[in-house]
Amino acid sequence: MTDYLIEAKNLSKKFPGVLANDNVSLTLEKGEILALLGENGAGKSTLVKMIYGLYGSDGGELFIKGQKVEFHSPAEAIAKGIGMVHQHFQLVPVMTVAENIVLGAEKTKGIKFDLVAAEKEVTELSIKYGLEVDAKARIEDLPVGMQQRVEILKMLYRKADILIMDEPTAVLTPQETDELLKVMQGFAEKGVGVIFITHKLREVLAIADRVVVLRNGKVVGTTRPKDTDQEGLATMMVGRSVVLDVKKDLANPKNNVLQVKNLNVRDDRRLPAVKDLTLEVRAGEIVGIAGVEGNGQRELVQAITGLRKIDSGTVVINNEDVTKLSPHKIHELGVAHVPEDREKDGLVAAYSIADNSVLNRFDEKEFSKAGVRQIGAIRALATKLVEKFDVRTPSIDTSAGSLSGGNKQKLVIARELIWGPKLLIAAQPTRGVDVGSIEFIHNQIVAARDAGSAVLLVSAELDEVLGLADRVAVMYAGRIVAILNQKDAERNKVGRLMAGGDVN
Amino acid sequence: MTLTETKMDNKIGFFVRNQSIVVPIAAIFVAFVLGGILIFLQGVNPLVAYRAIFSEAWFDSDGLLRTFQKTTPLVLAGLAVTVGLRVGLFNIGAQGQLISAALASALAGIYITNLPPILHVIVALFCGVIVGALWAGIAGVLKAYRGVHEVISTIMLNSIAIGILDYLVSNPFQEPDQSLQRTKKIAETAVLPNIGVIPFGFILAIIICLLVSWMLNKTTAGFRFNTVGKNKFAATYAGINMKLMVVTGMLLSGGLAGLGGAIETLGITYRFEPAFNAGLGFDGITIALLARANPLATIPAAILVGTLRAGGASLQFETGIEPEIVDVLLAITLLLVSAPILAKYLFKGKAQKSANVTSGWGN
Repeated sequence: MTDYLIEAKNLSKKFPGVLANDNVSLTLEKGEILALLGENGAGKSTLVKMIYGLYGSDGGELFIKGQKVEFHSPAEAIAKGIGMVHQHFQLVPVMTVAENIVLGAEKTKGIKFDLVAAEKEVTELSIKYGLEVDAKARIEDLPVGMQQRVEILKMLYRKADILIMDEPTAVLTPQETDELLKVMQGFAEKGVGVIFITHKLREVLAIADRVVVLRNGKVVGTTRPKDTDQEGLATMMVGRSVVLDVKKDLANPKNNVLQVKNLNVRDDRRLPAVKDLTLEVRAGEIVGIAGVEGNGQRELVQAITGLRKIDSGTVVINNEDVTKLSPHKIHELGVAHVPEDREKDGLVAAYSIADNSVLNRFDEKEFSKAGVRQIGAIRALATKLVEKFDVRTPSIDTSAGSLSGGNKQKLVIARELIWGPKLLIAAQPTRGVDVGSIEFIHNQIVAARDAGSAVLLVSAELDEVLGLADRVAVMYAGRIVAILNQKDAERNKVGRLMAGGDVN
Repeated sequence: MTLTETKMDNKIGFFVRNQSIVVPIAAIFVAFVLGGILIFLQGVNPLVAYRAIFSEAWFDSDGLLRTFQKTTPLVLAGLAVTVGLRVGLFNIGAQGQLISAALASALAGIYITNLPPILHVIVALFCGVIVGALWAGIAGVLKAYRGVHEVISTIMLNSIAIGILDYLVSNPFQEPDQSLQRTKKIAETAVLPNIGVIPFGFILAIIICLLVSWMLNKTTAGFRFNTVGKNKFAATYAGINMKLMVVTGMLLSGGLAGLGGAIETLGITYRFEPAFNAGLGFDGITIALLARANPLATIPAAILVGTLRAGGASLQFETGIEPEIVDVLLAITLLLVSAPILAKYLFKGKAQKSANVTSGWGN
């Protein structure tokens, strides 16, 4: 039999109420880059978690390098040469690169940890794989792209020759992404097998040797990049044809709705996060903020919506100075906010859909009379949201926490758009949302613009900003470094600006 | 294989869905079994011992009155802790709030002498509620404006309250010619009467329970409280003033504990005597956790604890077992309801995360 690095035969995994993986079979060869593609909830993560020993399987067999295995913990998988780079890094911020990499597998000198040897080994390893990084640097001082290298090195240090990467490019700039893709190709040349989970079709086509597409827990197809294109892959993922480009007419901007002037805001560590920022958004236009995460976008949004104290500068909404107003007052002025972390900020997981549909409107006259909640009106609104925005749920009494990611987001968007806000602030509106819902959400945002709302869109997905925004503001290190009209916002140019470079 | 599993799911479904009832009942059952073993080791038939507790507490008119008297402040103490939990605050200080209020209403009952009966009771109750609320409010303000964790501050406020009260009842307000640390009796006009075997205060406590339940479930104020308790980030996003909620949550919690202390003084002990209400506030924690922060469920939970407290004395009479066995039973129950062990064992992976009512810890 051929020596596959991984051979999974008919793996199944059942969770209460769902068959997350249904007879999934897959192979990975030496030196191969296998892209695992699928919508949220298609079963990609479940599959790799079974391979990595985080979940046991409910059926099927798993062979690693020709040997049948049954993992009970990641430690066993690591011992077999499997390494996983998680989406959320598992690093100790106050420790150095070398310390993080050898953590748990330290070389010792007597009973003393041998840091010098560790640093030497890490440096050699990083040169060998083209992942240059300063072994003595502290993790918290490193940019995200570097931290990811450390994660990868951690796996290579443990002699992994199978690398599983869970959406590794989600946090990277376009340039960092290109570098990572090159590094991955380098691994493949050295015989390492890579499983690459992503939903970015462009990256799949650029780098994968083979693509396995999952839908509803089943493998719906295997293909090669040369045999398909973006539309073909999207259709396989969703099961119907999808319009990837946002269809919209030219903007017809009117009066200024949001005026931010010389704004200075600090982050949670009290360091300046937004620096002397000036920005305007007019009724009937979408202004998109492009930028790598952590360049002050979050603090900017929080400052505008009243959730964060403003150091200096002003925020004016519809000619009213809101610089010192509470989130509640700002909301009352007609500001809708789709927060970037819907699970944490945008929804109460334990509440029903009905209660969540009035989360920030519960004390409006319609929903509260003399301090008593108007359950009838609340339920009527929830029913309307679910119908108009196609939130897939058994009922409006279902807890929001049990909805899928896409439906959670549709619920938040629905709640924020239904009342016709004057200003919509949408932060990462399609993060973790499946392709079918992305199309829907984009259309709703455009519809809000056409209905006369001013829209401020913040997204780490450059393609989203470029596709949706009428004007693109590039944010870097707390400042707006350029504002471009959509037709001038060419991908490479914006990418360079995002990384702190200049236009030429 | 998939089929049999689905069948199993259906079978276990009822219990999984009703975890909030099943877990406390299972916990009580396990506690009684373990307690029974301890009783047996002392050479007494556990069934005889348990019968002694329950026949005294429920099937004897004096005993029944005592059961209701024990239960009454416990309902309110449990409710106080429950309201705190719903706002995401763990009010460990119900004891301190309750005893401060008990003294305050005793003083109002003794030294205000010119009021007609009903008004005097209302004024005295009100004094208790205010003092309890303010004592808890200190912890609320410290949390909201200085970030002091309420578990720490309320524990310390308990000790401070005990110290101050000990001083007050052994010096300025001690009953004359009395070696015991206690105040004089309250005036007749301040007494909360009994109606047969049911203390009037018990009825009051039940009404308050219903009101609090309605407030939490049906009003905008309740929605604010619940939202803060379930997700403080979403509450901030929703424009709810967190600092205000923390302070009002503590005030309400302390006010309820205070009402419990006031009713204890005016309807049961008729004076303030520290030995009488030792431990009521702490039993309130057990009750709130047993009731899973559901205000209506505090009533049966308080009745259970009240029964054990009332019947514990006769246990010693009839079997020679120390009444401290009741503490052991309650401690085991508390351990089992608060630690997720039992739910995990009963439901494997299907334990509710939301059942964890003490999520306010460590924030």
